[in-house]
Amino acid sequence: MVEKRIPQLLVEDNKFCPGCGHGNINRVVAEVLEEMGLADTTVGSLAVGCACLMMDTFGVDWIQAPHGRAAAVGVGVKRVRPECCVFTYQGDGDSLAIGLSETLYAAIRNENITAIIVNNGIFGMTGGQMAPTTLSGQRTTTSPKGRDVSITGQPLNIVNQCRQLPIGYLARGSVASAKDINKLKKYIRAAFETQMSGGGYSLVEVLSPCPTNWKMSLEKSLEHIENDVKPIYPLGEFIKKGEKTDA
Amino acid sequence: MPLQLMKGNHALSEAAVRAGCRFFGGYPITPQSEIPEYLSARLPQSGGIFLQAESELAGINMVYGAAAAGFRAMTSSSGPGFSLLQEGISYIASAELPAVIVDVQRYGSGLGDISQAQSDYFQATKGGGHGDYKCIVFAPASVQESADLVVEAFDKAEEYRNPCIILSDASIAQMVEPVLLPEERGIDPDKAWAVRGKHGGEFKRVTSTMYYIEDFDAYIKNKYDTMAHNEQRWESVHTEDADVVLVAYGISSRICKEAVSEARAQGIRLGLIRPITLWPFPVNAFSGLEHVKAFMTVELSALPRLDEDVKLACEMRVPVRHFLGGVSIPDSSVITEAAIAILKEQR
Repeated sequence: MVEKRIPQLLVEDNKFCPGCGHGNINRVVAEVLEEMGLADTTVGSLAVGCACLMMDTFGVDWIQAPHGRAAAVGVGVKRVRPECCVFTYQGDGDSLAIGLSETLYAAIRNENITAIIVNNGIFGMTGGQMAPTTLSGQRTTTSPKGRDVSITGQPLNIVNQCRQLPIGYLARGSVASAKDINKLKKYIRAAFETQMSGGGYSLVEVLSPCPTNWKMSLEKSLEHIENDVKPIYPLGEFIKKGEKTDA
Repeated sequence: MPLQLMKGNHALSEAAVRAGCRFFGGYPITPQSEIPEYLSARLPQSGGIFLQAESELAGINMVYGAAAAGFRAMTSSSGPGFSLLQEGISYIASAELPAVIVDVQRYGSGLGDISQAQSDYFQATKGGGHGDYKCIVFAPASVQESADLVVEAFDKAEEYRNPCIILSDASIAQMVEPVLLPEERGIDPDKAWAVRGKHGGEFKRVTSTMYYIEDFDAYIKNKYDTMAHNEQRWESVHTEDADVVLVAYGISSRICKEAVSEARAQGIRLGLIRPITLWPFPVNAFSGLEHVKAFMTVELSALPRLDEDVKLACEMRVPVRHFLGGVSIPDSSVITEAAIAILKEQR
């Protein structure tokens, strides 16, 4: 007999598109917060994008920040309520385009918060426009002939940006397979453990499919992550307990 | 407690801490920088947090977070930086959270200059950011009022759960005067609406309250109508028999007070309405003034701003003129002469 267990934090079914990776990531975060006993003391900071659909389905205290500013808002909460578990949950457009300054400065100050950044390579909510993370040559609604890096610059690798900073924890995971999801859960747990032990800033980037805007089936989307996305954005733990790893 | 000599920005900062402010996030810009400088030393002494933000955008959003967590929080800026705060102010108003924002006005659009001015009037009183909101705007005219009104601003922000603005300027902020500081107050951050984890209760969502309030149009209009009705503050000087009434706030109101005394000494019936709140504009100050032949705003800006609200307040029954001067502070005698010229026109 198979028992179906759903974290109590997921108070309603999620409202993401079919095949979207956010559902799996929500689930992993909910499981970790519950297992760590943090469900009652967590405050999440969302800004603008598909991630915001969580506000009605994921049962922790939330603040919705202006587009890109989730890190600054989260910092405001954490600094006055250091006993709370504070995390940001943002897409790549939100956190790395309009919000890159707030995202990076939270890391530069080694703020004791956890950032979860979902990289699906496009702006999802607005219909699949090019994001900072869009791969070279990738077609989007604002790069219809494929991203031309001679015009747009290279895709932004936030892990590389943060790797030189004195932060507590840095990892990149994926939801492209069950194996990836299990690893992701370890990363997310390590990130929250870093925060709750006062270990400083923790960031987990998550490679995630957007079948709707990629205009691919889920199977094709997962293949795309495996074959095209992971080589550009390799998985692993890059900083643990404030020390750089060999990854 | 005895009077002490303090700079406007310092008195405002000290009074903010005494009013229970425990968070400041902001960015350097002249002529407000004494506020973050003072608070960087003072807030940690009272268990508060000072954070120098990477930008005004980050500063106001840190304030948003700290305010959502139930703490009295503020930021301050000037001119160009005040423009950058508007996005966050709109969000704080939309989420119905208390916060205090100080704009120490400086001259000019764009980069402008660091000298005194009153050019940010529209931005402070008419919205500044996007959407349907208002902030109570307090305009101190002295160092004492800089201290008193920041306390009032924190109280009113919490009472209405709405951001309040202190619209100061380079003169008021930089001058040194005697001030009686307010008593130190305790703090009360664990409000029912504050995010701090759900602690076994329902989870809370701090976002635009429009998503959760029925008939939001009527609700929010009523909120701001109530504020407009209840929160008008002003000082009237010899308006009861005045032929010409000056209207001025902040630093220019002090020159106008001198002008009123000088004019009265010459037998000219000059009066003054000094708005202390700019929003709500003190329209009640204009009732019972049917004997007044003309109003004249005195504004330290290149373009008239205040004069639109005066025209509305007196319903254009009599002429409304403006006396402008941004780059240099006018002498009171020049204002008196301008008022006399208006009187001559009226005869």
